[in-house]
Amino acid sequence: MSAAAAPGGTGAGFGEPRHGARIAVAWAILTVIAVPLVIWVAGPHIPPYSGHSTQSSDQHTVNVVLLTAAVPVIALIWVYFGYAISVFRQRGPEIVDGPPLTADPRIQITWLVVTSVMVLALAVYGTIGLYNDSHGAGGGQGPNPLSTPPAGSTPLQVQVIGQQWLWTFRYPGYGGVETATLEIPANRWVAFHVTSLDVDHSFWAYELGVKADAIPGSDNVAYVKATNTGQFQVRCAELCGLWHGHMNSYGRVVNAGAFSSWIAARQQQYSAITKTLPPYSKVYYPDPIRRAG
Amino acid sequence: MEAHATLTSPGTIENRSLRGQVLGFNLIWGVVGGIVGYIVGHWIGTKIGNNIAAQSGSDQDDVAIFLGMLVGTFGFLGGLGFFAYPLQRMRGLPATLREREEIGRWRYFRLCTDHKVVGIQYLVAVLFFFFVAGFNAMMIRGELTSDNATVINSGNYLTLVGLHGTMMLMMMSAGVLGPLGNYLVPLMIGARRMAFPRIEALTLWLTVLAGVVLLSAIALGGFPTGWTGYAPLSDQARGGIDAYLFSFALIGISLALVGINVMTTVVTMRAPGMTWNRIPIFVWGLTTTSILAVLAAPVLAAAIIMAALDRTADTSFFLSSQGGSPFLWNNLFWFFGHPEVYILALPGFGIVLEILPVFARKPLWGYRLAVAGMFGVALLSFMVWQHHLFVSGINANLRPFYMFTTELISVPTGLIFLNAMGTLWKARIRFTVPMLFSLAFFFNFLIGGISGVFLSDVPSDVTTHGSYFVMAHFHYTIMGGLVFALMAGLYYWLPKITGLKMSERLGKLHFWTMFVFFNTTFFPLFAAGLLGMPRRVSSYNPSLHTLNVFVSVSAFCLGASMLILLVNMVWSLILKREKEVANPWEALSLEWQLPSPVPVYNFEEIPVINSGPYDYGVPDRVPIADLEPTVTGTEVGT
Amino acid sequence: MKVLEVHPEMRVPGRRIFGVGLVSVVAVALAAAYVFGFLFGGTPAAVSAVHQNGGAHLTLQTVPSYGHAPDPDWVSYLAQDSSGHWQHTTVYRVPAHTLVTVTLYQYDSATGLRNDFLGQVRGTQGGTATLNGKTYSSINPDDASHTFTVPDLGISVPLPGVADDAKNPCATAPCSLAETHNTITFSFMSPGKGTYRWQCFVPCAFASYFGNGGPMQTIGWMSGEIEVV
Repeated sequence: MSAAAAPGGTGAGFGEPRHGARIAVAWAILTVIAVPLVIWVAGPHIPPYSGHSTQSSDQHTVNVVLLTAAVPVIALIWVYFGYAISVFRQRGPEIVDGPPLTADPRIQITWLVVTSVMVLALAVYGTIGLYNDSHGAGGGQGPNPLSTPPAGSTPLQVQVIGQQWLWTFRYPGYGGVETATLEIPANRWVAFHVTSLDVDHSFWAYELGVKADAIPGSDNVAYVKATNTGQFQVRCAELCGLWHGHMNSYGRVVNAGAFSSWIAARQQQYSAITKTLPPYSKVYYPDPIRRAG
Repeated sequence: MEAHATLTSPGTIENRSLRGQVLGFNLIWGVVGGIVGYIVGHWIGTKIGNNIAAQSGSDQDDVAIFLGMLVGTFGFLGGLGFFAYPLQRMRGLPATLREREEIGRWRYFRLCTDHKVVGIQYLVAVLFFFFVAGFNAMMIRGELTSDNATVINSGNYLTLVGLHGTMMLMMMSAGVLGPLGNYLVPLMIGARRMAFPRIEALTLWLTVLAGVVLLSAIALGGFPTGWTGYAPLSDQARGGIDAYLFSFALIGISLALVGINVMTTVVTMRAPGMTWNRIPIFVWGLTTTSILAVLAAPVLAAAIIMAALDRTADTSFFLSSQGGSPFLWNNLFWFFGHPEVYILALPGFGIVLEILPVFARKPLWGYRLAVAGMFGVALLSFMVWQHHLFVSGINANLRPFYMFTTELISVPTGLIFLNAMGTLWKARIRFTVPMLFSLAFFFNFLIGGISGVFLSDVPSDVTTHGSYFVMAHFHYTIMGGLVFALMAGLYYWLPKITGLKMSERLGKLHFWTMFVFFNTTFFPLFAAGLLGMPRRVSSYNPSLHTLNVFVSVSAFCLGASMLILLVNMVWSLILKREKEVANPWEALSLEWQLPSPVPVYNFEEIPVINSGPYDYGVPDRVPIADLEPTVTGTEVGT
Repeated sequence: MKVLEVHPEMRVPGRRIFGVGLVSVVAVALAAAYVFGFLFGGTPAAVSAVHQNGGAHLTLQTVPSYGHAPDPDWVSYLAQDSSGHWQHTTVYRVPAHTLVTVTLYQYDSATGLRNDFLGQVRGTQGGTATLNGKTYSSINPDDASHTFTVPDLGISVPLPGVADDAKNPCATAPCSLAETHNTITFSFMSPGKGTYRWQCFVPCAFASYFGNGGPMQTIGWMSGEIEVV
C-alpha cells in the first residue's frame, strides 16, 4: 500500500521533504495503533452480539474482520487527504500552478492490483462464511437450500407465517399447531420455513441473526442454532403497509424440556382451532385474492 | 464581445408585448391544459372503469385516475406548446431547430429550447422538489422522536417516507444531468446547443410534471410502499400509488430521453479539436450516466406498466396465486434500481474530479483511468442487482456471484479516489467553497463505500439488510456523495450561469454546518441498524429512543443548514447582485473562457480546441481554444 | 450585450425585497399547512371509555358500508361516545390497569379469515367472549366477519357475522339496534400507559387485493389505536 500512498512520488524536488515517506510512516503508525483497538476494544461491542446463536456469533466475527480489514484503507485515505490539505495548500492570495503531473503507470497498476486482490479476498471470505462456517449464515435461502445443518442433526421445523400485520408460527412436527408466539429449544438446529399470506414481509429474529423474506407463494428456509436461552425480538424488515413498524413480537429460546411442555400446552390450548386450520403446507394461497363480497 | 448581440437566428429573438406573452403558449396554459385534461380523462375513465370488475365497490377508480393523468399530461404539454411545431410541420412550414429563444424573464415560464434556459429551469425545479423532499425528511425525523407513531400516525408516516424517497430519487437522478448537464455540456465541448433541443425541453417539463403528480398522491390517499413500490403491496394500495407509478414512469421516460440527448450531443457535436481525450471529466461522468439512464430507465417503465395493468385491468403479473410472482417486480425494479444508484453517483464523480484540478492547480491525475473507472462502474452496475435480494430466497445459490460483482465495483470506484489523491499530490490547494464540498465528498463517500462492503458480504448482510444500516449507507453515498458534489457544482458554476458573485461567508457557513450535521445525523444510524432497527418503521424498540432523538435533532440542524444555501442564493442572486468576473476561479476549461452570463448562442464562431482542459502548470501552455478561428466550415445559427 | 442583457440593473431594490418577503411568507404558510395536514389529518378524535361500576366500558359497532362521503362503500368500525352518539373513529382512550368491557354490535355478514388461527379467542378475561349471551372460545373461521385484535397485548376476538340473507340489513352508518346484528361482549385488563395499535384480521376490504387495502389500511375504519392513559 505504501507505493500507492505516494502517486507521483518520484517527482520530489530538491530540498523538499519526502512526503511519500512521511505519509507511509503516519499510515503505518495509525494502522498499527488502530487495528488492535478495533479488534480488542471496539470489537466486542460490535453487534450482533455473539452468544445468542451460532449464526449471530459468526456474523459478529465477520463484522469485526471486515472492520479490521477496513482500518488500513480508511487510515490511508484519511492520512493522505489530511496530509495533502495541510501541507499542499496555497498560502496567500496569489494563484500558483502545481507541478503538471498527469499519471504514473506503476502507481496505477499497483493500485489496481492491490484493490483487486483485496476484493477477491473479500469475496472468497464471504463465500466461505456463507457456505461453510454458519450453514447459510441465518439468511433465507429459498426452498432448496444449498448450505444445510451438519449431517445427522434433525432440525426442528418451524413455519413462520407473515400476514398484514402479524407473525404466526406453525410446528408441523406437533400436529401442525399454530401459535401466536415463537419458542424454540436451545442447542438444536431449527429450520424456519418463512412464507406469507399476502404481501412481502421479512422475518427478522434480531438476536438470533436470522433474516428471511416472507414472500407469498414461496418457502424461504433459514437455519439457526440458538446457543443460549433468553428472549429475542421478532421484527418485520420489509415494508408491508400500515402497521409495518408495529409488526413486532418477542420470541424465546428455552431448554429442551421447557420447550416440550410449552408446545404441549399450546397443542391443548389450541386443539379446537387447530382442527379448522388448512393442512400444513409449504405455501398457502388463501382465497379469495380479492374479497368477493 | 459586442458582436454577440448581432448573432441572431431570424425571428427568434424578439421582445414581445406583455399581452402577446400571456396569450401565447406558456406555463399558465400548461397548467390549465393539465387540469382540463385530467378532468376529461377522469370522466372517460369512470365510464370505462365501471365495466371492470376490479373497480366496482372499492370507492377507487384506478382506470379513471390513470386516464386522467395521461390525458392531463398531454393537456399540460399542449398548453406549453409542444404540439405547435409538429402541427406547423404538417402544414408544410419550414423546419427549425429552436423555439422561443428570446430574451426577458418570460422565457423561463414557457417552452424554450435554449439549453441554458432549460438548465436554469431545471435547476429551479430540482431545487424546489429537493427542498420539498427534504422537508418530508424533517417530518419523518419529527415522528421518530417518538418510539410509537404518536406524533404522526402510521399511515401518514408511510406516505411521508414514500414521498421523501421517491421525490429525492426522481429529482436527484435528474439533479445533475438536468441543470448542470444541459447548461454545461454544450459549453464544455464547444457546441451551440444540445443535439435535440425540443427533447431537452420536453424532459424538463416531464420532470416538473412528475414532481407535481407525485405530490398529488397526498390527495389520492397516500401510498404505503416507499420508493421501491414493492408488489403486491402496490397492487393493494389506495389511489396514491397510481400517482407514484405515473410520476415514476414520467421520470423514466424523461431520464431515457435526457440520456439519449446527452450521449448524442457528446458524440456528434464536439467542436473541432475536442478529441475524446480532451473531453472534460465532468462530461465523461454525464456520458456514462446517460448510458445507464438509457439502458435502465426503460426497464422501470416496463415494470410500471405491469403494475398499472395489475391495478386497472386485473392482470396478475405480481400475484403468486394466479401465476405471477412478486419476485418479478423485485427483479425488474432493482435491475433499474441499482444502475439508478450509479445514475446518482457518477455525476458526482464527474463534478468533484472536474473541480479538484482547478483548485489544486494541477492537471487531473490519471485522466484515462478516471474515464475507465466510470465505464467500469457503469458496466458493473448492471450485474449486481440481486444484492438487494440476498435474503429473499430468490436464486440463493447465485449469492456468491452477486457478492463478488458487488465487491468488484469498489475497484473502479477506488480509481476515483486514486485520481483525487494523485491530483492533490504536491498541489497548491485553495480552499474555496466548491473545493471544500469536493473534499468532503471523499470523506463521506469513503464511509459510504466501506459500509457497502459490509452489506455486500452475505453473512454480514443478514443482519444489516433492510435495517437502518442500509439507510445510513445509501445516504452516505447519495447525500454525502451526490448532494455534496451537487453543492460543489452549484457554488462552482453559479457565477458562470448567473454572472453574479455568491457570498463566500454564507457558503462556508453552509459547508461547515452541512458537513458536521450530515455526519452527526447519519453516522449514528449505522448503529441504529446494527442494533436492530428496521427501515421505514414508525415505531421502534424503546431502547433506541435516545439515539433517535439525537439523530432527529441533528437532522433538524442539517435542514437548517440547507436553508443557508437558500438564503445565500436569495441574497447573492436576487438581492445583492454583485457582478462576477468571467473567470473568477481562473479555470482553464472551455466554459470559463466565455463571458458571464453566456450569450444566447454561446460561441460566435465554433471554436477550435487546442488542448485539454487541465493543463495547469504545463510549461508553454496554449489557450484551450481559439474562440475566433479564421476558418470555419460550420454553419452559423444552428 | 444590450439585447442579451439578462439582469437589468434598473430594478428598484425595494420591489425585490418586497417580492422575496412575499414569497417567503407564502412558502412558510404552505409549509405550515403541510405540516398541520400530516400531523392531524387522518387521525380521528379519540372516544373515551365510559366509567361504570369500577370498570371502563367501550361500545362499538361494525357497519358493512359506511354510506357517506368520501368512501361510502367502505366497511368500518364506529364507537359510541359518553353522550351516546356514534362517532366515526377507531381511536379509543381507556384507563390503565382497569377491566375494560367491550360491547360490540356486529352488523356485517361473514367474509372468512385469511389465517384461520385467528378464529381463536385469546387474551380476554377467561379466554372467552359472548355471542348474543352465549360464551365462545373459538369460531368456525368461515363465520368470521371481523376480528378485534390487539397484537401487542395478545388480545384477539373473532366476531361472527350475521347471516348473508338477513331480513333487515344495515345500509348506512350508524346502524340502529332495530337492524339485524350480533351482540358480542368481552372484557380485558388494560395494561400500563402507552399506545397500542389494534386492527381487524378478516380480509374485509371490498375489492382490494387480499382484502387488506382501503379501510383495512386506513386508521378510522378497520385499524386504530388504543390509548391507555
